[in-house]
Amino acid sequence: MREFWIIFKQSFLTKAKTKSFFITTLIMVAGIFLFANLPTLMNTVSKVMGDSEEDVVAVLDESGVLVDRLEAQLKQNNEAITIERSDETTAQLKQRVEDEKINAFIELNFDASNIIQATYTTGSLVDQYLSSTLADALQSIQTEINAEKLSLSGEQVATLFAPIQFDKQNVSASAKSEDELNSARVLVYVLMFVIYFAVIIYSSMIATEVATEKSSRVMEILISSVSPVKHMFAKVLGIGSLGIVQILLYGAAGLLAYKLSSVGEENDFSAFFSLENLEVSTLVYAVVFFLLGYFLYATLAALLGSLVSRTEDVQQMIMPMSLLVVAAFIIAATGLGNPEMGYLKIASFIPFFTPLVMFLRVGMLDLPLWEPLLSIAIMVVTISILGWFGAKVYRGGVLMYGPSRSLKDLKKAIQLGKE
Amino acid sequence: MALQLEQVTKRFGDFTAVDQLSLTVEEGMMYGFLGANGAGKTTTFRMILGLLTATEGSIAWNGQKISYATSPQIGYLPEERGLYPKMKVQEQLVFLGQLRGMNKSDAKNAALKWLERFEVPQNKNKKIEELSKGNQQKIQVIAALMHDPKLLILDEPFSGLDPVNVEMLKKAIIDFRNSGATILFSSHRMDHVEELCEQLSIIHHGQQLVSGKLRDVKRSFGKQNVRLRADFPLSDLDSIQGVETAHHSLDGAVFQVDNDEVANQLLQAALQKGPIRHFEIEEPSLQDIFIAKVGEEHA
Repeated sequence: MREFWIIFKQSFLTKAKTKSFFITTLIMVAGIFLFANLPTLMNTVSKVMGDSEEDVVAVLDESGVLVDRLEAQLKQNNEAITIERSDETTAQLKQRVEDEKINAFIELNFDASNIIQATYTTGSLVDQYLSSTLADALQSIQTEINAEKLSLSGEQVATLFAPIQFDKQNVSASAKSEDELNSARVLVYVLMFVIYFAVIIYSSMIATEVATEKSSRVMEILISSVSPVKHMFAKVLGIGSLGIVQILLYGAAGLLAYKLSSVGEENDFSAFFSLENLEVSTLVYAVVFFLLGYFLYATLAALLGSLVSRTEDVQQMIMPMSLLVVAAFIIAATGLGNPEMGYLKIASFIPFFTPLVMFLRVGMLDLPLWEPLLSIAIMVVTISILGWFGAKVYRGGVLMYGPSRSLKDLKKAIQLGKE
Repeated sequence: MALQLEQVTKRFGDFTAVDQLSLTVEEGMMYGFLGANGAGKTTTFRMILGLLTATEGSIAWNGQKISYATSPQIGYLPEERGLYPKMKVQEQLVFLGQLRGMNKSDAKNAALKWLERFEVPQNKNKKIEELSKGNQQKIQVIAALMHDPKLLILDEPFSGLDPVNVEMLKKAIIDFRNSGATILFSSHRMDHVEELCEQLSIIHHGQQLVSGKLRDVKRSFGKQNVRLRADFPLSDLDSIQGVETAHHSLDGAVFQVDNDEVANQLLQAALQKGPIRHFEIEEPSLQDIFIAKVGEEHA
């Protein structure tokens, strides 16, 4: 056990003490704070850059009545758009748009059946907000004109457009309400990302570590004092703890950023990320599935890492494994909208997909307890089998040198491990 | 109290890496292991360390099988550099020392003591990759020695070192042997083995061609070198029976001969022709033996 802890500590500390680890963690924490304060930041930037300057639209009104009504309608809607009456030619107006004197110009007229005909000209069609605001205002005006023609009162028009009442309800008392489901969706999505990235990053870190030890031949010294199996599991646990520490740091930063940004007025971020509906069980499942997912893929990564002799070949070797993680993520992501689909249920019991897919289901649905428990049991069994198999491969793999970069070497490694 | 290999054979599939190898290294002895690249030296060392299991035969250290329990008594210097390139020298030595059963403070003291002895204390906070090849090799040697092993296995310890450092290292190894350690080392530098080892083996393609005490090996080789210097040409001495080869130079010649008798005949024949300035019977060098033995195998 003594050697186990020495290797554990070594793989944890040497990684944790590197500059790159420190810097990545710092950048991520800064990123989290930045993201949490994004709305405030965006407002500030807009103010400084003077983006809130009013849009100026020139109007060429051939009907003679529409321009006044448009101005009134925009004012009523509290839109910051300045209307400029114009009698210039379209060519002149085009020139002005090009010179950025005005944002756009619009030609208004009625067609034969008294429908408003508008032509909107602007320098770029990127800004859709301005055109759609104008279109909305003109649509309202059209409605009013039609109503007047039919001599409907304002009230009558209002009844015509009254929205219906549409409430959703669940039969089961324990089922999640609409609000709960929405906030669960966001949370599950975020945690899914965390699990996905953590599994990919830390397991490829393990494979690289093992390959580095092999290529620098320090492995030969290590396994002459510690059994390869002990070495492998110490490595997996050491890097795993590093990952947990890093994620805890991010979590703490996220929580702090959330608390800070939700002080004072409610902003878009805190409304979007309301943690009030957070269920403790979701978090617990997130932790459990992260750990299981990590151990599953880390064991696989250590096994694959032990097969290559040069660090350059690591990425190629772990490619199939990375694709598995990506597949799991895609399956889970397609299920966000409708987590009840049949293939998700099947996928959630396949160990390589469980961490993401079962987490999605358990976070979004009210599953009977046996389902997550069964999937966890399946994962534990798979991890044990993989650990046992990995240890066999590892024993031989670490002694194997040469141009090994395919899975065919598995057999060779097991053979050598036995000798 | 010894390292004992009996009829050890290692096969990888159809390939026989080591064939029927037997050797005994007594405590306080230094054993040289000579062989060309791919002769099976590293495989043998890996079997002794327990990283590979012998297909046949037995390996014992003090009558016991070598396992992870005995690893604190063993020091190993692999042929290629086996260190973390990005770890600092002192940290690395402490880590490796701890793996061999030392506690942290002992490991640190030993590391500093050895760095001092090898005249590189200024490197303790440098990363391995920043050091020159020779200085890396010193660190590698310290990693093998620092925990005071009873059995030391050195795979090509002198490669990459300049002559001054080779002397420094030789001295450290000899001191180690004098303090009672058993040392097994491989090299393809014959002069090092000749200088350091009481006993040796020459292996080639897994076969043990020669083994035993250095003196016996030389005697049983049965050939000697006779060096003659004279002011007249010696080429007509080539035809004397028992002379195997002759190398002539400007002021003399070296003859390889079967036995002492032939050496005396050579001397007499030379004296009849005139006065000679130098006569010497030399033992064959390991180099001669190695080339003769391995060459025979090739032929």
